[in-house]
Amino acid sequence: MNDLTPTREQREAALEGMGCKRKRVEDIRFTQGKGNYVDDIKLPGMLHGDFVRSPHPHARVKKIDDSEALKVPGVLAVITAETLKTVNLAWMPTLAGDVQMVLADGKVLFQNQEVAFVVATDRYAADDGINKVMVEYEPLAPLVDPFKSMDSDAPVLREDLAGKTTGAHGPRKHHNHIFEWSVGDRELTDAAFKKAEVTIKEMISYHRTHPSPLETCQCVCAFDKIKGELTIYGTFQAPHVIRTVVSLIAKLPEQKIHVISPDIGGGFGNKVGAYPGYICAAVASIVTGKPVKWVEDRIENLTATSFARDYHMTTEIAATKDGKVTGLRVHVLADHGAFDACADPSKWPAGFFNIVTGSYDFPTAHLAVDGVYTNKAPGGVAYRCSFRVTEAAYCIERAMDILAQKLNMDPAELRLKNFIKPEQFPYHSALGWEYDSGDYHTAMRKMMETTSYAALRKEQADKRAAFKRGETREIMGLGVSFFTEIVGAGPSKNCDILGIAMFDSCEIRMHPTGAGIARMGTKSQGQGHETTWAQIIATEIGIPADNIMVEEGNTDTAPYGLGTYGSRSTPVAGAAIAMAARKIKAKAQMIAAYKLEVHEDDLEFDIDGFRVKGLPERYMSMKDICWAAYNSVPPGMEPGLEAVSYYDPPNMTYPFGAYLCVMDIDVDTGVYKVRRFYALDDCGTRINPMIIEGQVHGGLTEAFAIAMGQEIRYDETGNVVTGSFMDFFMPTAVETPHWETDFTVTPSPHHPIGAKGVGESPNVGGVPAFSNAVNDAFSFLGSRHIQMPHDFWRNWKAAKELGAVA
Amino acid sequence: MAKTHVTMKVNGAEVEGLVEPRTLLVHFIRENLQLTGTHIGCETTHCGACTVDIDGMSVKSCTMFAVQAQGSDITTVEGMANADGTLSALQEGFRMMHGLQCGFCTPGMIVRAHRLLKENPSPSEQEIRMGISGNICRCTGYQNIVKAIQYASAKINGVEFREAAE
Repeated sequence: MNDLTPTREQREAALEGMGCKRKRVEDIRFTQGKGNYVDDIKLPGMLHGDFVRSPHPHARVKKIDDSEALKVPGVLAVITAETLKTVNLAWMPTLAGDVQMVLADGKVLFQNQEVAFVVATDRYAADDGINKVMVEYEPLAPLVDPFKSMDSDAPVLREDLAGKTTGAHGPRKHHNHIFEWSVGDRELTDAAFKKAEVTIKEMISYHRTHPSPLETCQCVCAFDKIKGELTIYGTFQAPHVIRTVVSLIAKLPEQKIHVISPDIGGGFGNKVGAYPGYICAAVASIVTGKPVKWVEDRIENLTATSFARDYHMTTEIAATKDGKVTGLRVHVLADHGAFDACADPSKWPAGFFNIVTGSYDFPTAHLAVDGVYTNKAPGGVAYRCSFRVTEAAYCIERAMDILAQKLNMDPAELRLKNFIKPEQFPYHSALGWEYDSGDYHTAMRKMMETTSYAALRKEQADKRAAFKRGETREIMGLGVSFFTEIVGAGPSKNCDILGIAMFDSCEIRMHPTGAGIARMGTKSQGQGHETTWAQIIATEIGIPADNIMVEEGNTDTAPYGLGTYGSRSTPVAGAAIAMAARKIKAKAQMIAAYKLEVHEDDLEFDIDGFRVKGLPERYMSMKDICWAAYNSVPPGMEPGLEAVSYYDPPNMTYPFGAYLCVMDIDVDTGVYKVRRFYALDDCGTRINPMIIEGQVHGGLTEAFAIAMGQEIRYDETGNVVTGSFMDFFMPTAVETPHWETDFTVTPSPHHPIGAKGVGESPNVGGVPAFSNAVNDAFSFLGSRHIQMPHDFWRNWKAAKELGAVA
Repeated sequence: MAKTHVTMKVNGAEVEGLVEPRTLLVHFIRENLQLTGTHIGCETTHCGACTVDIDGMSVKSCTMFAVQAQGSDITTVEGMANADGTLSALQEGFRMMHGLQCGFCTPGMIVRAHRLLKENPSPSEQEIRMGISGNICRCTGYQNIVKAIQYASAKINGVEFREAAE
């Protein structure tokens, strides 16, 4: 060795592997406006499609007259349900086992429902055409309140289901009932409540909201009549699933469907499902023989393509008087709107809501969820959340605070007392999950120490006293939240989408010069996969991340994968990457042994190559092994160096975290100020701390929005009153608080690199932290639970109702 | 519909085109000029993804007709890089500080920040937050965007960039 020989640290740093804050490769194009999003795609002869939508939430469609529309210059076709019936596409299956109208078939069931699809030479002409389509409606009584869905005199919404007493998930109790899903031990839980020293009961609502990525849902469909092939460019979080769904419903051979997800401008769950726009654009392309683009506008996005939450959770906890929980009983009324278009794994009508026991050692629990129809947009999707986990976390974290209040205990202390202990992992929850790992006490105590929690409580007590003395009009709340997520869907034993197991995949192909390409079943929408996936490979096989190109989103070249949502990419595809890389490494070891003329067992991997044990100067770099793979492999071995892995995870992963929100509220105006927000996340092994921190910032901002005002609200007649960014709360840089992040590391024991997923944790843990802060602020005035969202007006109203404002 | 002839300067080049009076500037830029870096996020002037610089002002191009831009001097995100093709201080700042994720708001954000730094080369954090409040980002929570602009400000002013302590 001489002075020019790089040190171990230098060799490791050169890889830019796991644990390093590698700058993103995506940013070079995005900062220069050179991304390639769906609306940037312009194909020769491309047409534009746009929807005629219903102004009514519930009405019969008596007549659709397109004669005037077809006279508009540039308008080529108007597609209605009658057109779609000729190709058997007037209805489409949903991921939740329901069916959904693609275009209004006899009736409309929510405001802004798709009624007709106008195809024209450009988007302006399409809009002109829309204005000339005459639709005659006969308005019907709307059903808006989910609590009235199953009244005996409730209007019949879904006439297509008349006489069907069984749905996709079992018996239906009423014409507006979708499913009942029940889990846990009812008798044991009822018994726990009978002998409980203390119980609490509260109806905790998680309002309807919307993921609303900055880029709306859109697609370009191009049908090639000669080849019989359909190419779809779309904002798809799960392109392979879209290909299979299109093949099944359009009866096109799957090899003749090419689905391409280019750059995606945010997803947050909005871009998992299939929407009428995709079907109509595809049919329009088949009918016209030309490419057809469909681009949603923001109002359409907020009011028609999916929503999230709308869970109304009646929650009860049984406990001893010294604060040990003994039972949990939850009933959820789930408002799915007009069609159950919930984007959950097929067997899970309420997603993974049965994570609702949270981070606590409940000896018994029972959960029942009733899904109902209303005259609202269909859904709901998992908005930055692993399938109803955020609802579950909000439910239990609010309920624990309500219990603490009843017991006159500190909420943090109550949590510490009931946490699952480190030695209990793997832990079997009362509602059926096996938590893989966790160290909750350490995370909670770190949060309490870092934030000087005890001092904050003291300050709060002083402020409350001052408020009572009339010296201040400001009240202070501490929002504690400790969440356990369940992500990484999922093991084939319990997770599938339309029968396809929820594995994920990676194919790595190394080139002779020591570079390579990794192709994935996932699809980034901003998570930075092109950067982080290469980091995993860099560490696993010792090739610099800069030499690995990551490609996603082309179903012709990528191995089949289930896509990116539910924080599943790192837990599932991240594992597939490591496993594929290890196959590469195993073959590389054989090649190195042959070239170094030793037995494979005499080699050890050393950062970026293989070294003969005990003879450190005999070394072959991975770069040289790549070259050798193409010219001098051992006799009998096939040349080349590539591998594919389809990873079926043995279990979910269970990220967790401890959050604290410190908030001050002026009772006279309801104006709040988030003084401090601390978020400690444990997502196991950390691949790129910079990206993790960015994900946490973004998730917290969404949680802030949801908890403090972001709502899809309907008036009593079924009109959406939050249909644009004017009314739908989108925090800007001014409202958004400063985020403080921290971490502990408890690796997943079953994941090849110990990673757990993080993108959704801050949304899951953040919402209860904000809501608990507001509720904690008001609690000393006698309130027990104030429903979200906590905007200024509602805060003022709460203060007034509690007598704090004259 | 009768078309109107428009001419303007975009990223230093004289351009022209025939547009309907109702054609939005953003559609002229994206579709006629094929400069697709300028994005459309809301069509109601709230999100700022369509921000371009017109005659020294940040303008949301989804709420302006192409005919209104007759004769103006426009810079889009495609005109933001240094003359030699390297990333500008702002573009570099966004990358170094992880000021973007999905990249959809980024062009508007960079174009807006460009004007902000022209008007105020050393803005405080509050001035930056207020200065970009017409631009919505759904991914980053803004904290790293603020840092990206601070990074660019330091670089432009020739001083060392120091991240504020958490």
